[in-house]
Amino acid sequence: MNLPTFIGGVHPPEGKALTEGKAVETLRPEDVREFVYPLGLHIGAPCSPIVKKGDAVLAGQKIADTDAFVSAPKYSAVSGTVKAIEPRMAFTGAMEPSIIIESNGKYTPAPSLHDILGHKPQPSEYVKIIRESGLVGLGGACFPTHVKLSPPKGKVIKWVIVNAAECEPYLTCDDRLMLDSPDEILKGLEFVLEIFPEACGVVGIESNKPEAIATMTAHNKNPKIQIMPLKVKYPQGAEKMLIWSVTGQEVPLVPALPADVGCIVLNTRTTWQIYEAIAEGRPVTERIVTVTGDAVADPKNLRVPLGLSVRELIHACGGFKEEPVKILSGGPMMGIAMRSIDVPVVKGTSGILALTKKLAYIAEESACIRCGKCVESCPMHLNPTYLDQVVRRRDYGAFEAYNGMNCIECGSCSYICPASRHLAQTCKQGKAEVNALRRKAAQEKQEAKK
Amino acid sequence: MSGKLVVSASPHVHSEFSTRKIMGMVIYSLLPAGIIGVYMLGLRSLLVIIACVAACALSELVWNKYIMHRKDTTGDLSAVVTGLLLAYNLPPTIPIWMAIAGSIFAIIIVKQFYGGIGCNIVNPALAARAMMLISWPTAMTTWTVQGVSGATPLAAMKAGTLPANLSCWSLIAGDMGGCIGETSAILLILGGAYLVWEGVISARIPLTYILTTAILSALFGHGGGMFPIHEILTGGLLLGAIFMATDYTTSPMTEKGQFIYAFGCGLLTALIRTWGGYPEGVSFSILIMNVAVPLIDKYTEQRTLGAPKSNFFKRMGGKS
Repeated sequence: MNLPTFIGGVHPPEGKALTEGKAVETLRPEDVREFVYPLGLHIGAPCSPIVKKGDAVLAGQKIADTDAFVSAPKYSAVSGTVKAIEPRMAFTGAMEPSIIIESNGKYTPAPSLHDILGHKPQPSEYVKIIRESGLVGLGGACFPTHVKLSPPKGKVIKWVIVNAAECEPYLTCDDRLMLDSPDEILKGLEFVLEIFPEACGVVGIESNKPEAIATMTAHNKNPKIQIMPLKVKYPQGAEKMLIWSVTGQEVPLVPALPADVGCIVLNTRTTWQIYEAIAEGRPVTERIVTVTGDAVADPKNLRVPLGLSVRELIHACGGFKEEPVKILSGGPMMGIAMRSIDVPVVKGTSGILALTKKLAYIAEESACIRCGKCVESCPMHLNPTYLDQVVRRRDYGAFEAYNGMNCIECGSCSYICPASRHLAQTCKQGKAEVNALRRKAAQEKQEAKK
Repeated sequence: MSGKLVVSASPHVHSEFSTRKIMGMVIYSLLPAGIIGVYMLGLRSLLVIIACVAACALSELVWNKYIMHRKDTTGDLSAVVTGLLLAYNLPPTIPIWMAIAGSIFAIIIVKQFYGGIGCNIVNPALAARAMMLISWPTAMTTWTVQGVSGATPLAAMKAGTLPANLSCWSLIAGDMGGCIGETSAILLILGGAYLVWEGVISARIPLTYILTTAILSALFGHGGGMFPIHEILTGGLLLGAIFMATDYTTSPMTEKGQFIYAFGCGLLTALIRTWGGYPEGVSFSILIMNVAVPLIDKYTEQRTLGAPKSNFFKRMGGKS
């Protein structure tokens, strides 16, 4: 059967069997302990605390916010007292300014978003309440959802696509969510379709999740929503690949957005959370995390309150059965290697993956043999080995000319490279350098004006 | 958990491909044709093969380790592949010192002078063969089959004296005069099929090359209107199309580029076979197209997903 897909990509081992058959377990520690809430770690402006040391907080109470449009507020998942506001290490390895809350283990609930609003939200208030709920892209990118749902004037949205591809190996949290709460996800999508009355809804699921496809199809009663099985290929769930697979449209080069081709793509968990915010008035205070990898004794999906230490998650999965050499936040293709497991679970923590020496890939680079496998695998149809060369000789002009800024950092090139060249890494570096140069140029221009 | 964690950029997993593994598979795929070559052409062929492989590997080792004082790259097995391919392109009667000289030329001058693996602009084995053909024309074109010297089928084809008893079967099985690795068509094809199956090469280049040669030679009237099948099975076409034209370093990276490159190889081979000074044109065709690869790569760049569709002329005058 020819399922919709894109050109390029790779087939890394899926590793999903470790957790896909297990129901989600809830981890809700009821002893006194610290919960850590970094003020940043989403795309956009960091928040400012609206509580101070010594304040009492309730579970689901807003603790940080900002006036900036591109940002999202933070909520406490627990009730307790604010212990400190200080930098703590986040999964990125950087020290992030954070609010530290000592929980009392009672989870005493705060008034819901509906209570604050005074009534159930109307469609015109959906975007407002989604912003208020602190919702960001929960697939890992953490782009504020209300920004996505506010396309520039004049852009007609024709497709709202729920990204349920979950192409990242090992992760099964979206798969499990679809099995447990299909109605909530579909209802969340319907809410979004109410915002965009001209759009139809598509749920794109990779065909390696037949149960999820069957469940979603059985529960879908809305003729405007289609459940679409997709070919199993990495990165099927990348925004541009998904749009191309589902609608046949190419999102133009950066800085174009999916809205330019009439599309909005939302992660499964994000769609579920939209339902939670609009129907139940609940902010983002918990998420499902896939804790897995060949070093973990008992891999499983855990429903955990945000702010909990990753160490507790691993503890709840029976600890390590073998010495891990790498522990990732996210999946093996795009996840971030962590320096420590004493970091909090944040909105974007889709998985914790602990790999032993057997699986963790640490290889020495050798010379490019021009085999062209990276060119063949690049879903953006770039030439990773050229980009690698120009970045290494710091020719950022050529990097831009070869469309390097369009790299989606999926890692397919590095995965396939027989010479183990760090192609994705140099591309990321090239993008960062170009952005730095652009910022510098803009700054100089501004100073010259003065 | 006692030890420190490794922190590196994503991705954190890797495919099973490595340069060494790919070269290893190329060696496997070449072995059967070599064995039948040794069986048909005599044990001296084995001596030539060993001499070439050893000389290539040693040249690589000595150059990197003792002359350039850098990391030895013999372990990636690419020098062994060069040695095998060079030997397969030599007649079994070649003096051993010539085979060794050719090997050193291939590795040191063609490959290492340009920067080693991945940097050479032409295929080292083919360049060495061309050098030897020009330097020692007699030794390079003396053929014997089971002790009897005679013209190769292609030379006979050119002279119009192809023996009537030369059946397709003897061409397929390897019962004909020629270079060590060129004799058995079926084993070369099987080797190629294995590489395609394993994903090491794509069938694009060999198929386009072989079909272009067969069709154009027939159109040009080469060999007095012989069946194209003879065109395919004789000489070094199969060895060249499957194992030399597909050399990663010296072939284009894009799909479109590979078609153009393989068509160019086929066109040149048909031209040389029909009107050229040599009976065989595979080596020279591939070498010429090797040099054209950077140009082909430049003009067959893939269109980035989402980029406007540009036409050829725009690209010709476009960004550098």
